[in-house]
Amino acid sequence: MSGKLKVHVDQDKCQGHARCKSLAPELFELDEFGNAHEVGDGAVPAGLEDKAWLAKANCPEIAIEVTEE
Amino acid sequence: MSDPVRAMSSPAPTMPDHPPVTDWVHDFDHTDPRWTENPFPIWDELRAECPVVHTKRFLGCYLPTTYEAVKQIAYDTEHFSSRRVIVRDIRPDITQSAPPITSDPPEHKPAKQLLLPPFTPDAMKKLEPRVRAICNELIDEFIADGKCDAAARYTKHIPVRAIAHMLGIPEKDGDLFIKWIHEILELGIKDDGIMMRAIHEMSGYFAGHIEHRKQHPSDDLISTLMKARDKNGEPLSDIHVLGSLRLLLIAGIDTTWSAIGSSLWHLAKTPADRDRLVAEPELMPSAVEELLRAYSPVTMAREVMKETVISGCPIKPGNMVLLSFPAANRDPAMFPDADKVQIDRKENRHAAFGLGIHRCVGSNLARMEMTVAIEEWLKRIPDFRLDPAGQVTWSEGTVRGPRQLPVLFGKN
Repeated sequence: MSGKLKVHVDQDKCQGHARCKSLAPELFELDEFGNAHEVGDGAVPAGLEDKAWLAKANCPEIAIEVTEE
Repeated sequence: MSDPVRAMSSPAPTMPDHPPVTDWVHDFDHTDPRWTENPFPIWDELRAECPVVHTKRFLGCYLPTTYEAVKQIAYDTEHFSSRRVIVRDIRPDITQSAPPITSDPPEHKPAKQLLLPPFTPDAMKKLEPRVRAICNELIDEFIADGKCDAAARYTKHIPVRAIAHMLGIPEKDGDLFIKWIHEILELGIKDDGIMMRAIHEMSGYFAGHIEHRKQHPSDDLISTLMKARDKNGEPLSDIHVLGSLRLLLIAGIDTTWSAIGSSLWHLAKTPADRDRLVAEPELMPSAVEELLRAYSPVTMAREVMKETVISGCPIKPGNMVLLSFPAANRDPAMFPDADKVQIDRKENRHAAFGLGIHRCVGSNLARMEMTVAIEEWLKRIPDFRLDPAGQVTWSEGTVRGPRQLPVLFGKN
């Protein structure tokens, strides 16, 4: 659990439910169509790890990947 | 008298009876009074029997009850079409479409992308103050009475006024919209004449607003659709604009009316959740998601186009599918304690707004309206309970919510 986390939204799967943006606004942003993208390169700042996992666990389309570096 | 809409539909066939259901596994009927009153035990019974059941009613229809089967069908646009999205007694020729909800790929995506920008969470934030004001205007009308029918006096009017505000049409026309929607979504299941008349009236109403904006363009949602261009740079046809407007009205009103109503019904009979939301308002987002899961209002439909197999069950063309997101959301294989409402549920991948390309375009609007309607109600009426002298009644058909919700204000 000590590695740094990265989040990524798979654009082929995202349908714009916006659950990730609601749960972790620091990590996700929405485009003009309401589809989600990771902020910047997806690196999760220290302290926001739980939010990253929560966003993944609530995406109805299973579009969010969380990887540990 | 000539009526182009009626002339396009087939002659009215004899409508079948709906005898009471005695064998839900082989003869289900989503218009049966038992389903209307309390569908949850029925879905549990069916889910335990088979992931997809079939009825000969409605000219043949499947019902998936597991999350997995519902998801497979929602993602499968090859075998299942959205051209018919209501399961009815008859299947007249398709003369009225409402893109993008009735569109399949490849037409679906461009039609949907036109509607998405006005419904992003940021766009909803701009509408939120008006919705808060609407809620308080409504509460002002009945709070001194110490009681009200929350469905008739409150929940019913919030979505219709909000969508009217977005479309740029008079909020006072709301009663008209509510009548059409009742005729299309409830009465229309069994009476084609009523449905076609309502669609015709609705089209005439919007055609007038479209004509008016050709002379007087504005920045409302109707004008936005009229200004939109397709991928070839051409404006949308009036027929396309009309279809999308019908969709926004039909999809945007009694769905959210139902969701807010079911939420207040739950809170009226669950003082612990009510008190907790008042004490811990930061729970509102997870509470709204949980209420959406537990009391999902919307069941969609698909038409089977090609033979396939879903969760081991053979699926044959010529049948409809009742795509029950509400049943999926009660599947214990997907949600621990699926039959319990837990307003602090952490993991909640519910499908109340659908799955795949047809994700509800108004989901951000619905969430905002639910949140605001519950918050404003709890601020003014923190204590309330079901009125033992009254009766709660539920809508029939594919959008489920309370249509009468008599409540008393204050502590016992």
